[in-house]
Amino acid sequence: MTTQSETGLVAAPAARPVGTPRHHVIIFFVLLALLLIAPFVLYPVFVMKVLCFALFASALNLLLGFGGLLSFGHAAFFGSASYVAAHAAKVWGLNPEIAILLGVGAAALLGLGIGALAIRRQGIYFAMVTLAFAQMVYFIAVQAPFTGGEDGIQAVPRGRLFGVIDLSSDFTLYFVVLTIVVAALLGIYRIIHSPFGQVLKAIRDNEPRSISLGYKVDRYKLAVFVMSASLAGLAGATKAIVFQLSSLTDVYWSMSGEVVLMTLLGGMGTVFGPLVGAAVIITMENYLAGFGAWVTVIQGVIFVASVMLFREGIIGVIAKWLKKPL
Amino acid sequence: MFELLGIPPQALFGQLLLGLINGSFYALLSLGLAVIFGLLNIINFSHGAQYMMGAFVAWMLMTYAGINYWWALLIVPIVVGATGVVIERVMIARLYHLDHLYGLLLTFGLALIIQGLFRNQYGVSGLPYSIPTELSGGTNLGFMFLPNYRAWVVVASAVVCFGTWFAIEKTKLGAYLRAATENPVLVGAFGINVPRMITLTYGFGVALAALAGVLAAPIYSVNPNMGADLIIVVFAVVVIGGMGSILGAILTGFGLGIVEGLTRVFYPEASSVVIFVIMALVLLVKPAGLFGRTA
Repeated sequence: MTTQSETGLVAAPAARPVGTPRHHVIIFFVLLALLLIAPFVLYPVFVMKVLCFALFASALNLLLGFGGLLSFGHAAFFGSASYVAAHAAKVWGLNPEIAILLGVGAAALLGLGIGALAIRRQGIYFAMVTLAFAQMVYFIAVQAPFTGGEDGIQAVPRGRLFGVIDLSSDFTLYFVVLTIVVAALLGIYRIIHSPFGQVLKAIRDNEPRSISLGYKVDRYKLAVFVMSASLAGLAGATKAIVFQLSSLTDVYWSMSGEVVLMTLLGGMGTVFGPLVGAAVIITMENYLAGFGAWVTVIQGVIFVASVMLFREGIIGVIAKWLKKPL
Repeated sequence: MFELLGIPPQALFGQLLLGLINGSFYALLSLGLAVIFGLLNIINFSHGAQYMMGAFVAWMLMTYAGINYWWALLIVPIVVGATGVVIERVMIARLYHLDHLYGLLLTFGLALIIQGLFRNQYGVSGLPYSIPTELSGGTNLGFMFLPNYRAWVVVASAVVCFGTWFAIEKTKLGAYLRAATENPVLVGAFGINVPRMITLTYGFGVALAALAGVLAAPIYSVNPNMGADLIIVVFAVVVIGGMGSILGAILTGFGLGIVEGLTRVFYPEASSVVIFVIMALVLLVKPAGLFGRTA
C-alpha cells in the first residue's frame, strides 16, 4: 500500500487552486481526439461498449482506489440501473435521457441502502457484504416479473434524445454516449481532486487518524459509495440504451468481478488506469468471444498475474516509470 | 392427519430436512473459511471452486478408475487439499505482507481459472453420480419418508464439523494453531514452524471444501458452476456468524439452513433471499456478527 500513499502525497497539492497537472490536460485532449476519430475507424457499438465499461470501472475506482473500499457487488448498481432504464424506455415509452436518469436514481437509492449497511464492516468483510447484497439483487432480478427473467428486457427502443434527436443511428448515438461518459469522467476527476477527495484518501491511508482529526468517516464513506453506485448506474443505463438490452448478466457476480479486474489491471487509484483496463478487457473478450469458457480462464489468469506481478496495474507501472501521477 | 399452521407435516419436515442438508454444506464450507481466515487472514474466494473440484474428482475416480464413494471420501480431500498446499506455497504465501484484499483478488482469479477449465472440459449440463448402494433407499419414520443418503450427509457433516471443533479447541495441535492465530511471531519463537502450519491449515480448509463436494455429488448434479453461487451464500453466512469462533461458524451454518428451509414452507418467494435479509439485520444490530469479536 506504500505506493498508493505516495500517490496520495504527490496528488495533494492539486487540491489547492493551482490547477490541474499539465500532463493530465494533454493526455485528456489526446484521448478525446482519439475518441472523436474512433467511430470512423472502429465499429461504433464496440467503442461505445468500451466507453460504458470505462465509466463503470472508473466508478469502481473512485470507491476502491481513492476510498480504499473494495466493492465486489457493483454489478447490482450497473444491472439495476440497466433494468430500470430499459423498462422506462420500453414499457413507459420515456425519452432516453429520462430513462437513463431514472436508472441512475435507482442505482443511487440502492447504493444508499447497501452502502449504509456495508460500511459498518471493513476490509474483506466489506467485500463479502457487498457481494452478498449484489447476489440478493440478482435473485430478485431472477424472480421479479418486470425483468423478464432469463430473457431480460429485449428490443429496448433507443428513442429520440430530448424528443428531437433520433438515436437509431449508431453514429449519432456514439456522440451522445461520448458526451455522457466524458462528462461523467470529468466529474470523477473533479471529485478526486476536490477537498472531499483529499479527505477520502486520508481515510483510505489511515482511518483512525482521520477520525481523530475530527472527520465523520462514515459520512464520507457513504457519500463516496453512493456516488460510485450512481456512476456505475449511469454506465449500466447507458449500456442498456446502446445495446437495447438488459439481462441477468448485468447483475450477476461475474460482472462485479469483471469490473474489479478492469480496475486492477489498469491500475487502482490512478485516473486513467480504469479506462485502459476496460479497453484491454473488452477488446480481449471481443476477439476471444468464440472460445467460450476460455475467456473466463484468461480473465482468471490476468487476475492472478496482476496480483502476483504488477499490483500497480498498467498505468500504475507507467506512472512509476515516468515519476508522475497518472 | 394433523396439520401445523395449515402446513401438511410431510411438507414441513421435508423442507426442514432439505434445510438441514443445505445447512450441512453451509456449515462445512463456512468452517473451512473460518479456519483459513483465522490463520491466514484471507478470505478464500476459491472455496466454492474447490468444493466443485471435490465433486468432480469423486466423479472422475468413479468414472475413470472405478473407485467407489467410500474411497473417494478419503482420497478426494487429500488430493484436492494437496493442490491447496501447492497454491498456498507458490502464490498465497507471497502476499502475506500486503493488504489482505490481494489474497481475496488472487483466490477470486484462481476460482475463475478452475471453473473455466472444468467448464471447457465438461460443459455445464451436469454429470450424474449415483448414491452408494449401502445408502440407497429410505426409512419411513411414520410422519415422513427419510432418504438414507440425506440422513447420512447431515450426520457425516455434523461429525466432521464437531471433530474439527474438537481438534482445534481441545487438542495440543489445536492449541498451537490458536496460539499462532493470536501471535504468529511469538509462536515461531517457541520453535514451531509457523509457515508450515499456515500451509497445512490452508490445505486442511481446502480439504474440508473438497469433502463437502464429495458429500454433495450424489445429491446435486456434478457441474462446474455448483460452487459459484453457493459460496456467495456462505459468505453471507460467515458475515452473519462472524469468523471469530469455530463453533459459531458451525452453528450459524446449520441454523441458517433450517431457517431457509422453513422460509420455503411459509413464504417460498423469499427463500433465496432470506439469508441476505438476515445478514442486513445482523449488520444493523450487531455488525461484528453473532459470534464475532469486534476488531
